[in-house]
Formats: sequence, structure tokens, C-alpha cells
Amino acid sequence: MTPITKTPAEIEPVVETATETSRRDFLKTSGLLVVGFSAMAVAPGSPLVEVMLGAAQGAGPYPDLDFLQLDSWIAIRQDNTATFYVGKTDLGQGTGTAFRQIMADELDIAYDRTSCVMGTTDVTVDQGGSGGSDALQTDGWPMRRVAAEARRVLLDMASQRFGVRSSELVVSDGVISVQADPSKRVTYGDLIGGKKFNVTLTGKNTDTTTGLAKIKDVQQLKVVGQSPQRYDIPAKVDGSLKWAVDVKLPGMVHARNVKPPVAGATLVSIDESSVRGIPGFVKVVSKGNYVAVVCEREEQAIRAAQQLKVNWKKPATAPFPTSENLYSYMRGATPTFSMEPAVVGNTETALAASARVLQADYEVPFQGHTAFGPAHAMADPSNDQLTIYSNDMKSYGLRSGVAEFLKIPRDRVRVIWMDGPQAYGRTAADDAGFEAAFLAKELGRPVRMQWMRHEETAWDTKGPAYAFTLRGGLDAQGNLVAFDYDARAADHHHLGYNEFDTVLIAQLTGMRREPNRGGAATPSEMYAIPNRRMAAHVVSLPLVWETPLRTGNLRDPNGPQVTFASESFIDELAAAAKADPVEFRMKLLTASTADDSGFKRARSIAVVKAVAEKFGWEARPSPRPLATGDILTGRGIAYAYRNQTVVAQIAEVEVNRRTGRVWVKRFVCAHDCGLIVNPETLRRTLECGMLYALSRALHEEVRFDAEKVTSVDWVTHPTLRHTDAPATIDVVMVNGDPNPSRPDLPHYGAGETVCKTTLAAVGNAIFDATGVRLRRVPFRDARVLAALKSAGVA
Amino acid sequence: MSKITLNVNGKAHALDVDLSTPLLYILRNDVGVQGPRFGCGLGQCGACTVIIKGEAVRSCTRPVSAVQGAEITTLEGLAQNGVLHPLQQAWIDEQVPQCGFCQNGQILTAKVLLDKNPNPTDAQIRQGMAGTLCRCMTYYRIQAAIKRAAKVTA
Repeated sequence: MTPITKTPAEIEPVVETATETSRRDFLKTSGLLVVGFSAMAVAPGSPLVEVMLGAAQGAGPYPDLDFLQLDSWIAIRQDNTATFYVGKTDLGQGTGTAFRQIMADELDIAYDRTSCVMGTTDVTVDQGGSGGSDALQTDGWPMRRVAAEARRVLLDMASQRFGVRSSELVVSDGVISVQADPSKRVTYGDLIGGKKFNVTLTGKNTDTTTGLAKIKDVQQLKVVGQSPQRYDIPAKVDGSLKWAVDVKLPGMVHARNVKPPVAGATLVSIDESSVRGIPGFVKVVSKGNYVAVVCEREEQAIRAAQQLKVNWKKPATAPFPTSENLYSYMRGATPTFSMEPAVVGNTETALAASARVLQADYEVPFQGHTAFGPAHAMADPSNDQLTIYSNDMKSYGLRSGVAEFLKIPRDRVRVIWMDGPQAYGRTAADDAGFEAAFLAKELGRPVRMQWMRHEETAWDTKGPAYAFTLRGGLDAQGNLVAFDYDARAADHHHLGYNEFDTVLIAQLTGMRREPNRGGAATPSEMYAIPNRRMAAHVVSLPLVWETPLRTGNLRDPNGPQVTFASESFIDELAAAAKADPVEFRMKLLTASTADDSGFKRARSIAVVKAVAEKFGWEARPSPRPLATGDILTGRGIAYAYRNQTVVAQIAEVEVNRRTGRVWVKRFVCAHDCGLIVNPETLRRTLECGMLYALSRALHEEVRFDAEKVTSVDWVTHPTLRHTDAPATIDVVMVNGDPNPSRPDLPHYGAGETVCKTTLAAVGNAIFDATGVRLRRVPFRDARVLAALKSAGVA
Repeated sequence: MSKITLNVNGKAHALDVDLSTPLLYILRNDVGVQGPRFGCGLGQCGACTVIIKGEAVRSCTRPVSAVQGAEITTLEGLAQNGVLHPLQQAWIDEQVPQCGFCQNGQILTAKVLLDKNPNPTDAQIRQGMAGTLCRCMTYYRIQAAIKRAAKVTA
């Protein structure tokens, strides 16, 4: 048993996110915040934090921080600790810990003497929040450069103090000493603690921000490559963390939405008398087709939303086909947009000349974020400012979008970013933030908006459904000579982040514009195929606006869909060629020597080799001879790129031929994201990423009839459970770079790559076990059993 | 509205509430604990779990009238005298959470599981935890943490 201890670093972010005023006070070493940073520091959620949050209400306006000022990024205190202010958010993959590591290394200060403040718009520069797994890949560079610049400036100050050149000084853990006379030493805190750097940086934007200092060579980094525990975890397990759902303000009220019961319905009338008698009833707010109820207490608002009588008019035409008819609808629709096909060689000629041609259709349904905690936000309109407490991963965009939506000057709006339930992409957190802000302005009181489970599951943004047709040609020797890829994505209007005219309340209140054309994507691998054509189209469902089938970025947008189709089909071609699936892929990877600056081909080969070796892959074609007994075992591989990160993954499955149940007994993944900042945190991110995608492979499908989404809870929209967890997950961290110890080895993203390969790896393993190819996810028991039965396996 | 007393983490709270209100909202908005969280309001996910009479209870569907006088333990009440419960420590040692939003339910459900069966098999852990969902999919590490804690307490 270990006593609860909190290092200053663990508690500081919560205290410090309170307000720009507090930060300025802090820089003046105000008593309050010095207490907040001392070893006797208060826990998050303590009365002090409440005071800080409360005090924040009077602050404002909230101008943008100047990213060209070093003080916007780093503060050093008299006790020789440093706080890093970064414009990112941590969704639970430990990026905050990684930021501290890379910046501590460049600043030359011990990790334990640092803390990190993220995502609150008036105390951190706008680096865009999270998205695209770019935390380290893109935003890590300016963080390293500004930390290096702070070190340079501090060395300069010490140089003047001691009258020696900077090159004659050495730094260790925030202490500068004269190399020739170590008795001459000074801490960073002594040099600048509580004071400002007043150093101007250069750069066009936050991505290019830099000082004069050069960042360190990889070989000089000490904290990078270690695995300090994530600082946010203790407060998440002892109950002390203050989440966005926990914010309470004086005079606050609770709001709930009343959504149209049929997609595209028009509001005719509201019978307010149906809820007026509910104790604590405050107001029904409606505008266009947007309806919300507001009550003093939470349970009252829930009751009012259930009880409110609203007269809706159904749309004249069905908003969408049923989920059963979705793919035939998509295949029959005229595309609203077609990409210029990517063409190598002549696919049709090569197919015509092939010894064997395969053709297959693959299908992936709409899948949702379906956040574990439904969307929520608190908005406070006090003092003619607007403060939004939100877990939105793009807090800066939320601020700008709300300002534009409500026509409030941007410097009167700020977003305080706080932890929230899993939110990987364009979630309904955007929508809830706007709704809370709208209602707060309407009522002139702090409003807490909370979506209910049925709203979150039905109305959150979805990853687009896909219908694919693939064709492949093998020559007489079993070489893949032609590959034709044709994809259709139901992604006609793809939601951007926090757009003032496309968030749900904007749509429901009548805003319209040209749709954001969605993307239909193509595979990302390095296979050398002499004739290849890749075409992708976007199709539209009948209802474009005010629809629960609205699409937006979902963790690794398009990746799971596209890679499921392409890597399953590669497996079909390998089986047709009677080739081992790993050898078949290796042949395609080694058929060319062309590479790029990221050594994509060399690194692809390295991960495929590494995953096969770790798994103990025995070379043989799939499927294996059908076993006797109820449990059939098989293995399957898939490989993919995401930007500059590459992954190969193997699934070992057990398929119960009596029930159709699929259990992934073991996952092995080999992953190369360049320079690794925190191996243990990366390992967990990959483990969870694989299981997240496994949920999409086995369970997740948004279902709907011709009026509404019928997936509304965890029964009608099942998700992965404890009983699905593999017995073993092995992660091999590869660096396939031809020169892995080069001084400038980049750090690439890691949050989404494994989402690509999981679906195909599992499908390929099911084929290996059973000889049955499943071309539609999810692989729910009933679907698998039906396929086994029709193949005579069950 | 009715006057009731709730005993939460060893402390009595005198409250004036509508007795049909689910316990979750009273705990969060009146008692002031934040461990139990709203996830579904349907008893399907486990985010709102509290421990009452040795059982993991879904506070989002349990009316407050049904728990008067009972001792209610929330995540905040698990540590004793400033010392983390072995499960909480195992959660840190295994670095279990991603976003962490579900971990209240995971930890409290695991506590009840271990209280009843200090040495569960892998299959018993999987079955015992099956109703408690996680959307970051930390299941693999949760199961490792439960085994780790079981070793400490055994």
C-alpha cells in the first residue's frame, strides 16, 4: 500500500488552467499560486480549485496569446520548476506526459520539476488542439525549439552573471555551473524565477515558431525514451480529478435537448403546459427545429425533456434508406463527387491478360464515436463574457466557432479545456459546447448541457459507410499484376470541427450552405503492383442536413474501412495464388526499390518481418485445413501506413462454429513511429487502439429504419466487452529506418495507425480458421454463424 | 421534496430531495462526490457505480428512496487514511486508464469482485467485469491490474 502523494507536477495543470489573470499573478509569484505549486499542494477538486474556477468568472477579455513570445510557452519559477503551456489536448494517450519529456530534455531540467498546461484558450497558444495524431509529429517540434531557446537564454544570463562565455558553462537539471569552477553555479529559478523572459521568437505560425537555439541531437536526449508514469492517472483512479462534467457554478441551470423523433422533421408547435408543472422548470427554448428544456435541477431537466409535448411534421420523403438497404442504395446512387483515379499501368488490359481474376465487394457500415459519456459542456455568460468548460479536443476552434455563431467578439469568449470521455475526432462535444453557449446567452445564467445516451448514440457524428468493389489479376505464376479499387463513401457532407454554420444547433436553426464534400479514401501501402487503378466516389443519402447520419472525423478517418477492404482482398489474392500471406506481401513490398524520404518501403518491410517473427508465423497458405471440433483457430495479417507511421498486425482468432462467436486470442503488432518518446505509454496506446478497432470489427454498426437511427444504447449498439479482450497482446516497437540512430530521427504520430489494420487482420484470421471470407463488418455472432452455415462449416 | 439522510463514505448528509430521483444525481449534485458519472442512465455501462452493502450498484437507475440509511461507498471513499486501495495502486502500476471516464465503475466493480472472490480465475474476472464498459478499450490492462491487486491482497 502506497500513501497518496501528489507531486507538484501532478496537481498543477488543474490549478493553473483557471485563468489568464491567475497566470499573470503567478508570474508575479502570487501567494495563492505559489501555494498551489508547493509540495503541500492541494489536490484537484479541492476547495482551492473551486476558488480558482470561481474567480475565473470575473476575468476577461481574453485576447489571443502571442505565440512569438517565449513567455507564452514557458514559465520558470523561483523554486526552479518549469511549466510548459501548449496548445494541445490529451485525450488519454499520455501526450501531456510526452510534451513534458521532450521539453524537459531540451530545457535541461528534471522531468519531475516540470508541469504542463494544455488546451485552455486564454493561457495557451493556439496549436489547434488535438487531431490527426499530430501531437508529436507536428506540434512537438515547436515545443522542443522553444524549450531549447529558453535554455539558450538562461545560459546567456548565466554567462553575463559569471563573466564567462556560454560555451564554458554546463547545465544539469536546471542548474548552470561554470565548467572550470563548479562552485560557481546558479539555478534557472534564481536567474529568472517569477520573471518574464521577454524574448521574441520568429515563425509564421505555431508550427514554425522558433528561437535562435538548435534542438538537441537524438543521442543527447535523456528523458525521451524513458517511461515516466502518466501524471494524469493518479487523479483518475482516486476520484479527485475535476472533469468537464464536474463543473458547478453559482446560479447554474441544467439543460436537455429534445431532438426531432424523425430525421428531417419540422417543428409545428410546442405545448409548454406539458412541463410547466415540473418543479424547478425554468424555460423551453426553441428556435427553428432546435428545442431544449431548462430546469433548476438535473433530474427535473431530464423529466421535462421526456415529458415535453412537441408536435412535429414528418418530412415528405424518407431521410435515408434502412440500414438493411444501405449498400444497395449506395451502389445504385449517382456519385455527387468522384476523385480523379490514381492510375499506374493499364489495369483493364492486365486484368484481361491475367491467368486468374478475382472480384469482391466489401462493405462497412456507419460507425459512431458513441462516447462513453454523452456530449456535455458548461457555459457561463457572467460579466458579459462567455466561458465554456468543455472536453472538446479542439478547444480553440470551439472558441472561434461559438464567437462567430453568437456574434460575440472572439476575445470575449474562452474555452477552459478539461478531461472528458473518449473523444477521438469530430465528436458531439462540439455540438454540446455551442448549445450550452447559446442557452447561456438566452438565459443569462450558467447553463450545463448534457446529452442523454440515446442522443449520443443516435446523433453523434459517424464515420462514413463504405461500399467497395475490388478486382485483382494474378499471372500464371501467382504474381499480382493488376489491382483495381473502387470505393463509395456515404460522406456527401463531412462535418468540419466547430463550424458555426454546420454544428447541429446551426443546422436545426436553419443555417444552410454548400456541403463540405467528404473524402473517399484509397489504401495506404507500399506494394509494387505494375497495373493499378484506384477510384473513389462520394454518394449522398437523401437527407443532407439535420440528419443523425451526419459524418465527421472518427478515429483514423476512413482508415479502418479502406484497409479492411484492401488488406482483406490482398489476402484473397494470396489465397488464390496459394501463397503464404506474409510472403505474398513481402514479395509485393520488395518488387520495387523505390523509397521516399521517410523510407516507407524499408520500414514497411521491417514491420512485416518483425510482426511475423514475434508471432512465430509458420509459412503456409490460408486457409488451414478445416479442423474438427467446435473451436476453429486461425491467424491473419494486415499492414498499412498512416502518414509516416507504419504498422503490421497479426490476429490469432478462435471461431466457435456452433455459435459464430469470434474471439481474438492474441494480437501482435509491429509499429514504427520513428523516435519513441515514452515506450510504456506508447504500448498502451497501441493496445487500446487495437481493441478499439476490434470493437468496430466485431460489434459496431449504426442501424436505422427509414425514419430514424434505431441504435440508441449499449443493447442496440453493442461494443467490445471484457469478455472480448485477448489473452495476449504483444507490441514490437520497430524502428525500420535504415539509420535508426541518426541525430534528427523524427517523432511521428501513434494514436490511430493500428485502427487501420485490425479489421482486416481479424477477417483474414477468420478466413484462415474457417475458409470463409467475411466481406462485411461487424463480425457479429449471427452474421458469422450464417456465413459458416452457408459454407457448410457450421 | 422529502428530507432524507444519506451515508456516503462514512459521512451523513441531510438532504431535501425528490425521493424518486436516481441516486446518481443526488450524489453528484447534492452530496458533491464526482466519482460516479453519468454514462447511460440505463444501468448498461457502469460509469455510475457505487458500492452498497457489498454490491456494485448502478446509481443511475436506483432511486434515492431505496438507499436511505445504507452505507454508500464511492471511488473517493476507497482510500483509507490517505492510503490508496490496492486496486487503485494496481491501476497506477499498470497505467490502466486512457481517458479514465469509466474507471470509477471498473475499479469499484473489481473491488466487489475481489471482496467476494480474492483469487479469481481469468474467466471469472472476464465474466465478473463483463457488464462494465470502456470505450477506450483498456480491458486488457484492467484485467492485468485486477490480477496484480489480487496478488497483493491474497
